[in-house]
Amino acid sequence: MVNYIARRLIGILPVLIGITLITFFVIHLSPGKPTRLQAEMSPKISLEAREKLDKLYGLDKPVHIQYWEWVRRLARFDLGKSFVDDRPVSQKIGERLPVTIAINVLSLALIFLAAVPIGITSAVKEGTAYDRISTVFVFIGFAMPTFWLALLLMNLFGVHLGWLPISGIKSIDFEDYNLLEKFMDLARHLALPVFVSAFVGLAGISRYMRTSMLEVLNKDFIRTARAKGLPENIVIYKHALKNALLPIVTIIGLSIPGLIGGSVIFESIYAIPGMGKLFYDSVMARDYPVIMGVLFIGAILTLIGNLVADVVYAYVDPRIRVSGR
Amino acid sequence: MKNLNRLTVFGIIVVVVMAAAALFAPFIAEHDPGAIELGSVLMPPSAEHIMGTDSLGRDLFSRMVYGARISLSVGFVAVGISVIAGVIFGSLAGYYGGWIDSVISRFIDIMLCFPTFFLILATIAVLGPGIWNIMVIIGLTSWMGVARLIRAEILSLREREFVEAARAVGASDFRIITRHLIPNGLGPVLVSATLGVAGAILTESGLSFLGLGVQPPVPSWGNILTEAKSTLGIAWWITVFPGLAILITVLGYNLLGEGLREHFNPHRKQ
Repeated sequence: MVNYIARRLIGILPVLIGITLITFFVIHLSPGKPTRLQAEMSPKISLEAREKLDKLYGLDKPVHIQYWEWVRRLARFDLGKSFVDDRPVSQKIGERLPVTIAINVLSLALIFLAAVPIGITSAVKEGTAYDRISTVFVFIGFAMPTFWLALLLMNLFGVHLGWLPISGIKSIDFEDYNLLEKFMDLARHLALPVFVSAFVGLAGISRYMRTSMLEVLNKDFIRTARAKGLPENIVIYKHALKNALLPIVTIIGLSIPGLIGGSVIFESIYAIPGMGKLFYDSVMARDYPVIMGVLFIGAILTLIGNLVADVVYAYVDPRIRVSGR
Repeated sequence: MKNLNRLTVFGIIVVVVMAAAALFAPFIAEHDPGAIELGSVLMPPSAEHIMGTDSLGRDLFSRMVYGARISLSVGFVAVGISVIAGVIFGSLAGYYGGWIDSVISRFIDIMLCFPTFFLILATIAVLGPGIWNIMVIIGLTSWMGVARLIRAEILSLREREFVEAARAVGASDFRIITRHLIPNGLGPVLVSATLGVAGAILTESGLSFLGLGVQPPVPSWGNILTEAKSTLGIAWWITVFPGLAILITVLGYNLLGEGLREHFNPHRKQ
């Protein structure tokens, strides 16, 4: 096991370098220098000040040296300073990251808890009305524009029924609440965002669960289990489920970039102070250091997510860690 | 194609109807989609305006019909770009193998590490929004699936007799790849492209909704919905119709894609 993890960690190194290269490349796609835009926005900045800015960000140097210096600073967790408020980017991301991770973990949990039973039931009841209805639900889930779903739910629960707050993650007088009230307040604020972010993943993963379960149910060992007279419940929940869950681990790992990317949409609709909202605001303000930082951190989070999924998979399926990849 | 699935038929109908709306937009829309009529602002659906009007008094139905044009063309051009890029990278990796394959496969792994929406937004921040940028950016961030498909297909075919035969009669690598190998992988690529159109329409609408995609006054389903947020609770029609259009169109392409997958995969049971 340790061997396997070590091998995976070494394999990550080139990917990490690649991530820095692409991040750097994307930001330097612009025909002019990033500071030019900032300078154009405020005409007060003179030519002299502009050159100073260039020097500050090292933009007067050749590109490969700029890249090298950026990577060196990155290694020390120095992501530069925001153009907008001059605060360190790592600090700005650091205060936003927990919210985004919390929402994503909650919605992953929700996806897992709902998708697995839905998938199992529609596989076991293949071809019945339940299976057909859940298939239709899955296709609608795939096709649903999340921002529209977010708007509709906001309209229904926030505007018409007035049951749930429609923006932010806590009320103004949050600090005065006792523990239970604080918890309820957070839950009420997070209900819609978590549901919206889970919705699309739910469709996909319940589909994979169904396919995976159907595949396992056709295997010989299931026939054996049935033939020796085991009750159907034990065959399904003990013998089949364990094996059908294996591929789901990987699929959940693969769905992480989608979830993180989706956070931009629901965080900006529900005004949640997370990384997605920070990213959206910096894109609007052309705040390049923050954009670069969030892009990099987003890729790193995905990398970590995939690594965890692979390690979990190797842990539950010995075939993987013995045969390599 | 004997027993067409009912869902596939639904998909085909949606795709055809939407394509017709996009092609014949000037004949279908009764009003100029840009005509501002301050006398009839935020009118609910009526005989005159069957989907109502927006906050500038523009006819929503006409804007939706022209929006179909924008959304579909973004979808098609973006997917065209991603298929071309995917086929090129995939066939190079699959045919030549060795270090070329290692480099391209690693590149694909790295690209897949980025949350696509982040990558798209960052690129827009640098290059600016606008319909052409969106098409190119969506295309260049979504070719990895096609590349993997083509690579796997060519990898499994390149040692087969018909390729050897082609090589024996002196066909060039280029000819072998384009005439003998790629055509074999076109089925799955077509499936992936159909699903890709759906994905690109979703991405474009999300970007336009956020104000980073197709820019007003050009109507797109996504940027019509931007206004829905400020008229929430006042004008349901602005929220409902464009969202439904996106949902149904994406659903249609997905169902068509699934139908095609069944068609190219006769071994799979229904």
